[in-house]
Amino acid sequence: MSWDVVIGLEIHCQLATRSKIFSGAPTAYGAAPNTQANLIDLGFPGVLPVLNAEAVRLAVTFGLAIGADIAPRSVFARKNYFYPDLPKGYQISQYELPIVSGGTVEITGDDGTLRRINVTRAHLEEDAGKSLHENFTDQSGIDLNRAGTPLIEIVSEPEIRSAREAADYMRRVHELVRYLGISDGNMQEGSFRCDANVSLRKSPDAPLGTRTEIKNLNSFRFIERAIEHEIERQADILEAGGSIVQETRLYDADADETRSMRSKEAANDYRYFPDPDLLPVVIDDAFVDGVRDAMPELPDARRKRFIADYGLRAEDADVLVGQRPMAEYFEAVAATAEPKLAANWVLGEFTAALNRDGTAVADAPVDSSGLASLLARITDKTISGTAAKQVFEAMWAGEGDADSVIDAKGLRQITDLGAIEAMVDEVIAASPEQVQQFRDGKEKVIGYLVGQVMKASRGKADPAEVNRVLRDKLSGG
Amino acid sequence: MSIGSDDIEKLAVLARLSFEGDELGDITDKLASIVAFVDQLGEADTASVTPMAHPLDQVQRLRADAPDADIDRARLQACSDATEDGLYLVPRVIE
Repeated sequence: MSWDVVIGLEIHCQLATRSKIFSGAPTAYGAAPNTQANLIDLGFPGVLPVLNAEAVRLAVTFGLAIGADIAPRSVFARKNYFYPDLPKGYQISQYELPIVSGGTVEITGDDGTLRRINVTRAHLEEDAGKSLHENFTDQSGIDLNRAGTPLIEIVSEPEIRSAREAADYMRRVHELVRYLGISDGNMQEGSFRCDANVSLRKSPDAPLGTRTEIKNLNSFRFIERAIEHEIERQADILEAGGSIVQETRLYDADADETRSMRSKEAANDYRYFPDPDLLPVVIDDAFVDGVRDAMPELPDARRKRFIADYGLRAEDADVLVGQRPMAEYFEAVAATAEPKLAANWVLGEFTAALNRDGTAVADAPVDSSGLASLLARITDKTISGTAAKQVFEAMWAGEGDADSVIDAKGLRQITDLGAIEAMVDEVIAASPEQVQQFRDGKEKVIGYLVGQVMKASRGKADPAEVNRVLRDKLSGG
Repeated sequence: MSIGSDDIEKLAVLARLSFEGDELGDITDKLASIVAFVDQLGEADTASVTPMAHPLDQVQRLRADAPDADIDRARLQACSDATEDGLYLVPRVIE
């Protein structure tokens, strides 16, 4: 039996501020335990929270990026529950009046068409600390460095229809927050994590079924697998005549299953009330206009422009736009170089070199004008594509700019037809077997022969020219 | 809105409070009368009134995003029952 799947996602995204949302303690990841939690984060009596302006700016940036409404007046509330990683006994969050309401995120639906997923709201809140269980037998260790780190919680409408769509939605939001510098989006460090609400019903017209919530999904692969498992689990129960219990479940990546978190069941009444320590946050039009004016072109718009203006393939545009520095690097190269050649090189040699050396685009030893001048030498046939790879490696290693490396290594392409013909003759004479195979109709052997000539020329011959001359001679007999 | 002993018992669990003897009945009566008093406010027509989030007629001031490094962990942990390697120790909590 097939079920109509209904999924809503809550994404917790740490904001890229230097200090915490309500205190001046630093937010850098990986410090020694409890060295980044001050009196306010620890909930000492008598302290007062003061809101970080940058957290507000980043939340507004996100709201504008998804076309949401920015609340002219929003209010912080206390969400009350007890847990050792929450020293105050409440989390400061927003409840009735969040800073961001509405907006949409575009995803690719299961049928391949564009779907707009509505966002209900995105509110500002503080993160909790961390509980560590290893190294302790009947105790837990609490590190409150993360307590008070600013988050936005982005809540979608229950409009997502499959595990794949959920992962795609998460990817799009992740791309957006990284692109805009709202968050570093580091999923291993917990900067970007997701809870999924999943329910099934017999048809799209039927009332919503009972939902379960899967907590703390911190990778695109996990979210897809966890939701698939949960759909299967719920379908099995319903098809056996059972009913779904509304509960919180935890995905166990090692066992590849979800299991109930019973401790959360009694605590789902948070008794929100406005935080008397914080005044309403008022955001005027001038502030919103200032944020809007400072925003770069958004990834969706840029992706469409790359496809339309540069004739790139959708997959290539996707990868380039995935990281803003990469998109900007490509555009700088494509400003003078042929765009498709530029895309191939940025996604090929350049990306491979970055990955190999663990280098960021900004620190790459070959800058965009350097790569553009190398590509210009391919286009004007000074060097072959093969030789260009050698030149690139030398430039990467700091041996000079494109032209000086080409001269130093003597890589200037052989355009002298006589010289190419001489090398082709040599290769034909040395490869009787392959020549026979080609003449017997084994077309692919031409690749081998071209390769031999290129090798003889030490990569300096124009492969297209070599190919032409080879075919000429072989068919001419 | 009325409030019964069931509500009070649930709230007590959420707030980590416990009762002795006949305290439950006494507290239920007192809280019920407070809630009844608050209910009187429902008689006022508030349709055109913006809900008040704070009694002060002021807006939140914002702080510049500047970290201060002045955190003395040893001093902050001096009032804690148990610490180890910089971590606060609590009875084991695990899902």
